[in-house]
Amino acid sequence: MSAANNHDTAVELKGVTFQRGERSIFNNVDIVIPRGKVTAIMGPSGCGKTTLLRLIAAQLMPARGEVWVAGKNLPSLSRSDLFDMRKQMGVLFQSGALFTDLDVFENVAFPLRVHTKLPEEMIRDIVLMKLQAVGLRGAVELMPDELSGGMKRRVALARAIALDPQILLYDEPFAGQDPIAMGVLVRLIRLLNDALGITSIVVSHDLAETASIADYIYVIGEGQVLGQGTPAQLRESDNPRIRQFMTGTADGPVPFHYPAQAYAEDLLGDSNA
Amino acid sequence: MRKRSPLERVRLLGKAGLDVLAALGRSTLFLLRALFGRGSFDNSLTLLCKQLYSVGVLSLAIVVVSGIFIGMVLALQGYSILATYGSEQAVGQMVALTLLRELGPVVTALLFAGRAGSALAAEIGNMKSTEQLSSLEMIGVDPLKYIVAPRLWAGFISLPLLTLIFNVVGIWGGAMVAVSWLGVYEGSFWGNMQNSVDFSTDVLNGIIKSLVFALVVTWIAVFQGYDCEPTSEGISRATTRTVVYASLAVLGLDFILTALMFGDF
Repeated sequence: MSAANNHDTAVELKGVTFQRGERSIFNNVDIVIPRGKVTAIMGPSGCGKTTLLRLIAAQLMPARGEVWVAGKNLPSLSRSDLFDMRKQMGVLFQSGALFTDLDVFENVAFPLRVHTKLPEEMIRDIVLMKLQAVGLRGAVELMPDELSGGMKRRVALARAIALDPQILLYDEPFAGQDPIAMGVLVRLIRLLNDALGITSIVVSHDLAETASIADYIYVIGEGQVLGQGTPAQLRESDNPRIRQFMTGTADGPVPFHYPAQAYAEDLLGDSNA
Repeated sequence: MRKRSPLERVRLLGKAGLDVLAALGRSTLFLLRALFGRGSFDNSLTLLCKQLYSVGVLSLAIVVVSGIFIGMVLALQGYSILATYGSEQAVGQMVALTLLRELGPVVTALLFAGRAGSALAAEIGNMKSTEQLSSLEMIGVDPLKYIVAPRLWAGFISLPLLTLIFNVVGIWGGAMVAVSWLGVYEGSFWGNMQNSVDFSTDVLNGIIKSLVFALVVTWIAVFQGYDCEPTSEGISRATTRTVVYASLAVLGLDFILTALMFGDF
């Protein structure tokens, strides 16, 4: 019996290895994400956080290993089963990814129209409820290009919860947001998680915001899980890599300088070399 | 700054060849999945009509205007050459045969690649870079069926119709110049045309050509958009490639089709 069938676990990655070309992004990574909690996946830019999210969403397939979501091993599912499976997941993309030819109402109504046969009045009620939850019921008639960046993300969030998913994935929800929009998003993630009883997975490198809402944090880097724990535990960590990340130090295990030959040699050396 | 050894260059050449083959394989799977994959939507017809409008109707203006001018030029040039042999009454059949067999399908396909093809590639590429395709996937909707398939069908349907319109307008433009301006006798202009144009060898073969071009141009456009690198440079490269590849494919295929249809072997 797999641990993924355990009721307390929403998502489990077992021995996941992922390569892009010859470069290995993840090497034998194990991650367990508890049900009903906000779990953050953190790490420096380019360490493969978004890749990890796409592995959980099965938009990418691992070279080796298993990705268990809601009791199913995603890499073993057929293309059509995968599309069915994804109805249980909502993803908030970095750009919001609203459909630009549809207004706010139709964007939120889209998943309902595709997957349900609900009457029009009921769709209207559900859409307004979801928009109310993110505080944008008043923007129902606007087009995506009339919204600010933060509002776009909130509408996208309303769309992501339209089908009442069990798991919500957030891809860099705080990137490029002003402090107010950031505060709103932080509050919404926590609120939706607790009110709807869903499992939230937040991929981010914004330390303060993420640590303020996360129940559990995985820090990844160099294709490995560098550390895990509650925000408090991680702050106390002895691991120099985690210390550097949590304190934002410029030089440390992750060096300030990109690997190069010795400086003096490079400047004074033979220019014909 | 970076230097490449000869061996490295050979390796890069081999890699480029493999990349081309991989792209061909990907694009074939892509086409088959989009056209014959499982799943349909209640509003497929609405989606198709929307695309017929943006792919077909919006290309109408450029096709009609070009058609008139090409027909007029053909009549003008044909007249001045034919007049030296004293056979200017044959200008009608010359205009009609040139348009139906060659210029109609080819020029319409080239215009279509420039107008609709580039727009399709840019639109789909933009959807990819703004993660709209990914978010469709995550909503549980296959973008191949929802975004790509209606555009492909719209292309298949529009281009042959646009070609027919181009032909009709071109012949009309030719008649305007030959009959009304240069004074070719109207009876011989239309009569010669009727006698020499055969439905199956000329009209039908032209339609077959334009069906092949429709498949190739639309396929290249949607695949380039779908497969592009999701950045602004990636989109602009995809748009350029669409027009270049589609135009070359149309001209190359036209020679092969003409050889098969009209070459005596």
